[in-house]
Amino acid sequence: MDETREFSSKAYLDMELLRFSTAGSVDDGKSTLIGRLLYDSKSIFEDQLESVKRASIKKGNEQIDLALLTDGLRAEREQGITIDVAYRYFATPKRKFIIADTPGHVQYTRNMVTGASTANAALILIDARNGVTEQTYRHSYISSLLQIPHLIICVNKMDLVDYKEEVYEEIKEQFSAFASKLAVKDIRFVPISALKGDNVVDHSKNMPWYGGGTLRYILENIHVGSDLNHIDPRFPVQYVIRPQSEKYHDYRGYAGRVAGGVFRKGDRVMVLPSGFVSTIESIDVFEEELKEAFPPMSVTLRLADDIDISRGDMIVKENNVPEVSQDIDVMMCWMNDKPLQPRMKYHLKHTTNDVKCMVKEIKYKVDVNTLNRIDDGHDLKMNEIARVTIRTTKPLFFDPYRQNRQTGSIIVIDEATNNTMGVGMIV
Amino acid sequence: MKKYNINHLRELESESIFIMREVAAQFENPGLLFSGGKDSIVMVHLAVKAFWPAKIPFPLVHIDTGHNFEETLTFRDNLVERIGARLIVGSVQDSIDKGRVTEEKGYNASRNLLQTVTLLDTIEEHKIDAALGGGRRDEEKARAKERFFSHRDEFGQWDPKNQRPELWNIFNGRKHLGEHFRVFPLSNWTEMDIWQYIYLENIDIPSLYFTHERDVFIRDGVILSDAPFMMKRDDEEVKRMQVRCRTIGDISCTGLTMSSADNLEDIIAEIAATRVTERGGRADDMRSESAMEDRKKEGYF
Repeated sequence: MDETREFSSKAYLDMELLRFSTAGSVDDGKSTLIGRLLYDSKSIFEDQLESVKRASIKKGNEQIDLALLTDGLRAEREQGITIDVAYRYFATPKRKFIIADTPGHVQYTRNMVTGASTANAALILIDARNGVTEQTYRHSYISSLLQIPHLIICVNKMDLVDYKEEVYEEIKEQFSAFASKLAVKDIRFVPISALKGDNVVDHSKNMPWYGGGTLRYILENIHVGSDLNHIDPRFPVQYVIRPQSEKYHDYRGYAGRVAGGVFRKGDRVMVLPSGFVSTIESIDVFEEELKEAFPPMSVTLRLADDIDISRGDMIVKENNVPEVSQDIDVMMCWMNDKPLQPRMKYHLKHTTNDVKCMVKEIKYKVDVNTLNRIDDGHDLKMNEIARVTIRTTKPLFFDPYRQNRQTGSIIVIDEATNNTMGVGMIV
Repeated sequence: MKKYNINHLRELESESIFIMREVAAQFENPGLLFSGGKDSIVMVHLAVKAFWPAKIPFPLVHIDTGHNFEETLTFRDNLVERIGARLIVGSVQDSIDKGRVTEEKGYNASRNLLQTVTLLDTIEEHKIDAALGGGRRDEEKARAKERFFSHRDEFGQWDPKNQRPELWNIFNGRKHLGEHFRVFPLSNWTEMDIWQYIYLENIDIPSLYFTHERDVFIRDGVILSDAPFMMKRDDEEVKRMQVRCRTIGDISCTGLTMSSADNLEDIIAEIAATRVTERGGRADDMRSESAMEDRKKEGYF
């Protein structure tokens, strides 16, 4: 089929976006897989390939090292490792994809957490020869902790186990037993060979026993429409628009991105923290008025009554309010080499709100390889994850992270260096 | 059940508008870097949408190398007039005259690198604390690692190995006096998305993007526009060709493509079929494997 024509048709204007994360180390074929997805969807260009070829030869490699496509920084290319999260893009006639490509080692847990934070799906690679490993557990746990709705387990290197169904089935069973501990609803398996191309884009002739879709088919067809919260209306006010021009003298709009639920014109709403109640007069997007707004739309709300509202306030529905509290439990992942300790104070960001907070207690740490709890309340080091209790200077309006990734997440910032130190998912 | 989803262009638009509003809320004195190219034109379009019916709450900042296409400058002035924005121009010629930079010499001389000094001087002079740029992660491998909110130290430098983690849609714009941020609302857009969005929203773009006849010469396989300041070797012969720009930078480093595309749909079809990245025609990127990373560390766009 002529893909060129399909791209230029109006169909492209109606494509969905799917964000997925990958994690892995040098040997598990992750770069080969990404390279193949990009190459087969014509998202790698000749000059890029040419430059990777040149670099591969310079490094003395015999084969083209597709990892060089994704490892963008000089230090990464020199050391042959992925340090940071790299974002890659490709599109098929059905969907546009954003890949958050992260390193897989335990010392890069924070990068995996970052890549997972916005993903709809996670690709977990298992080497068919090795089966489920510690790294598999780690990637899966992080994906689950970050509430990625869909896990796609790619059993890779099937060519090296003679495409045997038993090997695939055994790995599937092994993973499923572990997955019962996770909070992921949708888990799919696909046997592939990234190197040979089996079941990546085209069905494999080597595995007639596999009746499921290819990896690309799965990526194109996962239902993402219900990944966002469309139940609990939450609108963090981001910016107040007051034109003060002659034509729009009385215009007062509350700009923001809908974080949950559906807002409709005429809805009775409540503003937090003041508790004032009003009605949505209009939902504006540029010169257009909308009937309704839902995540992840950026809109401007106008209310029927003149109430004092500023950035950091939240517009909700009267009969469905978030939790309001100053004492909050979070699963905290630490991102900085200066550890967190009880009694320490930080600046905290939550939706469009800025407050200060103090760490009251580290309740327990989680071993990301086994999911076991570790009783260690002394400190939280870089790449570690723990359940932490904090107290904020002002109440936050929040939902548990598992209900809403936007209103359930926080970051904490060092007041001296302004660095982002840790990230938390509200329990 | 009703489907609550929006298409990918609307999702990208929504994300970019969110970023622009964050900038307006978190910073005292932002500025939008405007080059006259399609990405910065889309940026202005998004900014107008983000703050409507109020005007854009920050000025456009143009770093003028003095080697711009005439069409770019006319387009810029008309746009600024139409949306009622404030325009700040930083001039590379001024930096040369003041002795802040020295002009490169020889055939491949370009003012591309010199722009960094002018840009940093302009940021300092106007106390800009957040410079919004139209950079996209799909453009170049060093850009693939860039944050939406990218911190710059008091020397305007980028430290790629020490970037702040960026999760969900929480953006940390806190900084010390004298430091600033570069912010990239189009991070997740691809070249194709930009063109599709221009088509969808019917955004006006300079005529340079459509096919036209022009005096050009070919150097190292790249078609360059002839201009009085372009030094040519003896074997580089000026001829008239039917071309268009795929990107617009200054004349010295903008590679042209042979094309007969005279409307957006043809351009989109051409991009879909092309096998070379848009920066493949940029002389500035071909200098070395890490040309972009090196320039970015110094404070380039």
